[in-house]
Amino acid sequence: MPEQDAAESAPQVVSSFLERRREQVAQRWADALLFRSVFTLSRDEAVEACKAVVDALSEVAVSGRLEDIDAPGFGTVREQLGRMAATRARAGSTPSQIADEVAGLRVPAMDLLRDEFTDPTSAQAQESVLALTVLLGTLRLVVMETALDANSELIERQRQQLLEVATPVIKLWESTVAVPLIGTLDSARSQVVMESLLEAIVDQRARYAILDITGVPTVDSLVAQHLMKTVAAARLMGAECIVSGIRPAIAQTIVQLGIDLGSVVTRASLADALAYALGRQGIEMTRSDTGASAR
Amino acid sequence: MHISGQASATSLPIGSDADLAWVRQHVRQCAAQLGFGLVQQTKLVTAASELARNTLVHGGGGHAEITPLDNGLTRGLRMRFADQGPGIRDLELAMTDGYTSGGGLGLGLSGAKRLVHEFRVDTEPGRGTTVTAVAWVAQVPASRKGLQ
Repeated sequence: MPEQDAAESAPQVVSSFLERRREQVAQRWADALLFRSVFTLSRDEAVEACKAVVDALSEVAVSGRLEDIDAPGFGTVREQLGRMAATRARAGSTPSQIADEVAGLRVPAMDLLRDEFTDPTSAQAQESVLALTVLLGTLRLVVMETALDANSELIERQRQQLLEVATPVIKLWESTVAVPLIGTLDSARSQVVMESLLEAIVDQRARYAILDITGVPTVDSLVAQHLMKTVAAARLMGAECIVSGIRPAIAQTIVQLGIDLGSVVTRASLADALAYALGRQGIEMTRSDTGASAR
Repeated sequence: MHISGQASATSLPIGSDADLAWVRQHVRQCAAQLGFGLVQQTKLVTAASELARNTLVHGGGGHAEITPLDNGLTRGLRMRFADQGPGIRDLELAMTDGYTSGGGLGLGLSGAKRLVHEFRVDTEPGRGTTVTAVAWVAQVPASRKGLQ
């Protein structure tokens, strides 16, 4: 049964072909769009990167897991492929374009493989070509999967960073703290804001808390409700809340929406709010004449 | 009625809080492009935020359709929010300031109506709700039209 033998050994054929022709395949791939456009500085780097991919494919072929994207052989190049895909994506390539670029590696490799056989129409030659096609299809999947993983990791990391960025509580003065709110104030965010503000009120023994909404683009009824709840909670802790940073457009919108902020002390700017808080504590600021003239 | 030289409408899904942010951003962008002033932009975005949240919270999700308008004299923006939810049983009550069935301030519908020039609610219990709001660039608010 010669055909049976051929089918069984096809991955082996592909593997030994990749080992033997490592240099040639790498040289040709280095000229393919995918590698050429990522490694723009040095062609040697591109060739090195190609060799790493060829080695990985050879290892996968030996293991016989041609269609397995989790084959251990891919492990060594996964990170490199992910970086390459990310580079292409940053350069403006769509996922399908990147997939096409990976598919562009097939023809050069296939030409070299066909040259290996004296009779390219023989069963063994055809089986081997098929095996290499399958292997490169799997490589394409690995690249896409790695790229997607990298993307979702990035999004998750950014989300975490955003939550941290969102709610710093700043001590402005003895017993006066401020929270500059930035971005959309949804339920989850406002919960975080309220908690960190209440904690700060206890820690700093704050009597005055300033909520600055300069960085909040939209104040609708839900955001207003969150603000009022935070103000009420701070009041229960014995602190007076001042809402500052109300821009003219927001002020007009709040009025037309019908939101009653009458129970909340509001100021146009953070500076006004601080002046109010200091004034309530009997702190007066005066410009020192001697200080200015002495210099 | 007003529509001539109408640009294409954009349909956005409303299924989560993140979608609301997307709707707000899109409305702000459209309004800025159409030449709405900063105050009107803010009002439109706020109205969109209220109505989209109603679609999400009371209607169980749906979609928003944002359409630039041009009536020959001025340009405008139409926002349509549609859901397949339970509908509104007593529209007059729902439009009353301070009435809420969802634990909010009860200003969503009535407040949004005050922020735009034309406002219309189509609803039927059990068959969903469609709210349409239109605003025109640099135009004093028209006299309040009755519902439906």
